[in-house]
Amino acid sequence: MYWLIPLSLWLAACTQVQETTLPNGLRVIVKEDHRSPVVVSQVWYKIGSQDEPQGLTGISHVLEHMMFKGTAQHGPNEFSRIIAENGGRENAFTSYDYTSYFQQLEKSRLPVSFELEADRMHNLTLADEEFRKEIKVVMEERRLRTEDQPEALVSEKFMATAYTAHNYKNPVIGWMPDLEKMTVEDVRTWYRRWYTPDNAILVVVGDVKPDEVFALAKKYFGPVPSRPPDKTVTASEPKQDKERRTHVAAPAEVPYLILGYHTPVHTSVGKGGDAPEWEPYALTVLAGVLDGGQASRFERELVREKKIAANADVDYSAVSRSPNLLAIDGTPANGHNLGELEQAIHAQIERIKAEPVSTEELKRVKAQVVAANVYSRDSVFYQAMQVGRLAAIGLDWRMLDEYVQRVNAVTAEQVQAVARKYLVDSNLTVAVLDPLPIDKAKRRRAPRMGGGDVR
Amino acid sequence: MYARILWFVACLAVSAAAVAGPKIEHWTLPNGARVYFVPAHELPMVQLRAVFDAGSSRDPAGKPGLARLVNGLLEEGAAGLNADEIARRFENLGAEFGSSSDRDMVTVDLRSLSDSALLDPALDLFARILATPTFPQENLERQREQSLVGLQKEAQSPGAIADRKFYRALYGTHPYAQSPAGDEPGLKAIVRDDLVAFHKRFYVGANAWFVIVGDVSEREAKRIAKQLVGQLPTGEMAPALPPPSALAAAQEQRITFPASQTHVQIGQPGMRRGDPDYFPLYVGNYILGGGGLVSRLSDEVREKKGLSYSVYSYFMPLRVDGPFMLGLQTKNTQRDEAVKLLRQVLAEFVAKGPTDKELEAAKKHITGGFPLRIDSNGKIAEYLAVIGFYGLPLTYLDDFIPRVEAVTAEQVRDAFRRRVHPDKMATVMVGGER
Repeated sequence: MYWLIPLSLWLAACTQVQETTLPNGLRVIVKEDHRSPVVVSQVWYKIGSQDEPQGLTGISHVLEHMMFKGTAQHGPNEFSRIIAENGGRENAFTSYDYTSYFQQLEKSRLPVSFELEADRMHNLTLADEEFRKEIKVVMEERRLRTEDQPEALVSEKFMATAYTAHNYKNPVIGWMPDLEKMTVEDVRTWYRRWYTPDNAILVVVGDVKPDEVFALAKKYFGPVPSRPPDKTVTASEPKQDKERRTHVAAPAEVPYLILGYHTPVHTSVGKGGDAPEWEPYALTVLAGVLDGGQASRFERELVREKKIAANADVDYSAVSRSPNLLAIDGTPANGHNLGELEQAIHAQIERIKAEPVSTEELKRVKAQVVAANVYSRDSVFYQAMQVGRLAAIGLDWRMLDEYVQRVNAVTAEQVQAVARKYLVDSNLTVAVLDPLPIDKAKRRRAPRMGGGDVR
Repeated sequence: MYARILWFVACLAVSAAAVAGPKIEHWTLPNGARVYFVPAHELPMVQLRAVFDAGSSRDPAGKPGLARLVNGLLEEGAAGLNADEIARRFENLGAEFGSSSDRDMVTVDLRSLSDSALLDPALDLFARILATPTFPQENLERQREQSLVGLQKEAQSPGAIADRKFYRALYGTHPYAQSPAGDEPGLKAIVRDDLVAFHKRFYVGANAWFVIVGDVSEREAKRIAKQLVGQLPTGEMAPALPPPSALAAAQEQRITFPASQTHVQIGQPGMRRGDPDYFPLYVGNYILGGGGLVSRLSDEVREKKGLSYSVYSYFMPLRVDGPFMLGLQTKNTQRDEAVKLLRQVLAEFVAKGPTDKELEAAKKHITGGFPLRIDSNGKIAEYLAVIGFYGLPLTYLDDFIPRVEAVTAEQVRDAFRRRVHPDKMATVMVGGER
C-alpha cells in the first residue's frame, strides 16, 4: 500500500484553485478543469434552515423557490428560460446550513449566468401573486417528499428528537403549519436580511481561466451594493444525558429504524473547539469500516452472514456548520424484527468499541478514500460542490488538498477512541416506524414477532 | 435584453460548429462481442461497462425477476471466490464494482484506478465474475428475501404502485408489462438452475457489448476486451422482441391509497431507439413536458396554478416502443382539476404542435447544452453503451446537433399526430379520497 502516499501528494499538487474577494465582499473561488468545454457556476448564500426562527421554518427554501420568480428586469421564470435557451441546466438547493443556486453551461455562456445571478442577488421582486402560487408548490413538495413517505417521516421525527435546542430539529422544507401561515412579507424580510454579496460565495469550476472569471465577476457582481448581512443566532445543543426514543405511526408495509449519536464535525474541533482535529477523520473511517462498500462489516455480517438486515446504512458527514449525527438506518430482513436488528447494530457498535479495527480494514477504507478522490474529479459539478460546501460553512477549501492525507493518518486506536467517546447510550436517539395497515379492508399478515417496538 | 439575444445566437453558431463527439474506436471480437473504446488520459482512472441483452424482457413465463436476480448475484460468487472475498478484493484495490438491470439492458460495471498494480487484479476478478459466476444457493435465498422486502417497500409507495400499474396497462401481455423487480409468486418460483441457464443463454459474446473509457492505450484496451468478454462463449443474440400493440381504447384505473396526494400517470407505448420519428418526438417532448421548469406542462400546471411540484412528460425509447408518459402528483382535492389540465395541454399540443418560438428555444437548449452530455468519462461510457446496445451509428453524437437543428415545427406536429393518441391513453391514479 505504499502507492497511497505518492498518489495523494500528486493529487494535492494538481489542484488548481484560486480565490479573490470583490470590494463588495463577494468571495469568488475558481477551479480549473480543462477536460471539456463546460463550466459550472454556483452562488452559495450562507443562510439555511438552521438560521430560521420558530414559526418561520422552511422560509429559506421558500425564498429559494421565489428566486426564480422575477426581478425588476426579468419576469417570473425568465431566469430559467434564458438559461435553458443557452443550453444550460440549472437548479437550486437548500440545506440546514446554506442555500445554493447553480448553472451548468457550455463555457462561453458563463456571462449569462453571472448577469442573471447578480441581478437576483439584489433586485428580486417577490410579488404577492407569485408567492401565493409558489407556496402551494412548496406544500406539494412537502407532501411528495415527506408526508406520504413513511421513512421520511421517521427521519424528520428522528432529527426533532435528537435535537432539542439547535435548529437541526426542524426540517429544511419546514413544518406544514409554518408554511400555511407564511406571508410574502416574511420572505421579503428574509431576503433583505441575508441576500447580500457579503454573505455569498461564487464558485466556478470548468474550462476557464481564473483571471478571466475574476474580471467577469467584477463586471457583473461588482455593482451589487455591499450590505452587511444580519447576525445569525444559533443555539448550541446541550449535551444529551440519556437515551431518547420515539415512534412514528404511518401507513407502511416494512418496519424501519434510525439510530444516531451526536458527533463532532470539522467546524467544532481544533482551536476553540471541544475535541481534537483528527476526530472527524476518525469518524469518517469508522463509518467506512461499518458500511463502506460490500466488504464492510454491516454488509458482510448483518446482511450476508446473519441475514438480520435487508439493508443497514451508516451516514456521517464531517462537513456541516454545527455538530452533526452519526446515523444508522435499516430495515430488518424478512423473519426478523426491529428489536433484533437494533440489537445486532448495538453488538456491532460494542465490538468497534471493544477491539481495534484490523489493519486490513483500515487499509481498505483508506484505499477506497484515495480512489474515490480520483473518481470524484470525473465530475465538474461535484468538484464545485466540494469547494462550495466547505466555503459556505466557513471552512477553508484547502482542506480538500489534505483530506486524503488526514484520512491516511487515522489509526485503529483513534477509531476505537471516537467509538468509545461518542457511540454511547446516553448520546443515543432511536426513531422507529410502526407500520399502520395500508388497506384497512384487508387483514394485515401476521404481525412480525415483537411488533414495531424494540428493547 | 434584445442585445443579449443576438449575442446568444452568434455564440451558438460558434460553439455548435466546434462541438463534436469523442472519437470512438470500435471493433468486434471473434465471439461476436462488440467493443467501444474512448481513450481519456486526463485522470488516472478507467471505466468499464459490459452490457448484455438480458433484462427483464427476457424473464421466462412465470418467473419475473429472474434477470435481475442473475445480474445481482454475479458478485456473490465466482470461480472459487465467495461474496466476501470478491468484495474484499475489489475494495482493497479501491475499485468500484456495480451492476444494474432494467427491461432491455443489464450492465456490469467496473471503475478502477489505471495504475496497473491496481487495475490488473481488478480486471482478473471482473473477468471471473462475467464468465464463471457460481450463484450459490444460500446467496440466492438471501437475495430473494431482499427482493421480497423490496416489493413490500414498493407497496408502501404510491408512486411505485402507479408505475407498476402503468406498465401493466400499457403493455398487457408484452414482456415490458412486467416489472424488472418481479412479483412475489415469480420470485418464489425461481430456482438456482434457472439462474445458471439464464446466464448460460444470455451472458455470451454474441449478446454482449463492451465499453472502455479512460487512461489506457488502444493496445491495452484490446487486451482488456479480449480478457474480459473475449473469453465468453459465442452463443446467440437474444431473439427480437415483438413490437407492443397500440392501445385500442382509453382506460382508467383508480387505486385508493392512504396518502395526502394522488399520483397520476397517463400514457401509451411511445417510440423505440433508432425510431425514424426520434428527433421530432424528442424535440417536441422537450417543449411539451421534458424541459424542466420551462415546458408547457410545467408552465400551466406548476407556474400558473401551483398544482404540483413535479409535472413532466417523457418518451423512454427502448428496443421496441418504450412508454410515453405524462405525470404529476397533487393533493387529493385537486386531482380532477390537475388531470383535466394535463389532458388539455396534451391535446392542444398534439392538435397544434409547437410555435416557431418554442421550437427555436428548444433547439437552442438542446444544441447549446450538448457539451454537458459528454463532459465526463462516466457520461461518455453511458452513451457508448446505448450506441452499441441499440445499434445506433458510431456518428450518433457527431450527428446529434445537425439532426436536432433539422427538425421543423411541421415534423413535430406530424409526428405527434401520428404517434400520440390522447383519446386512447391509459390513466393510472393512486392516492387518497378527495
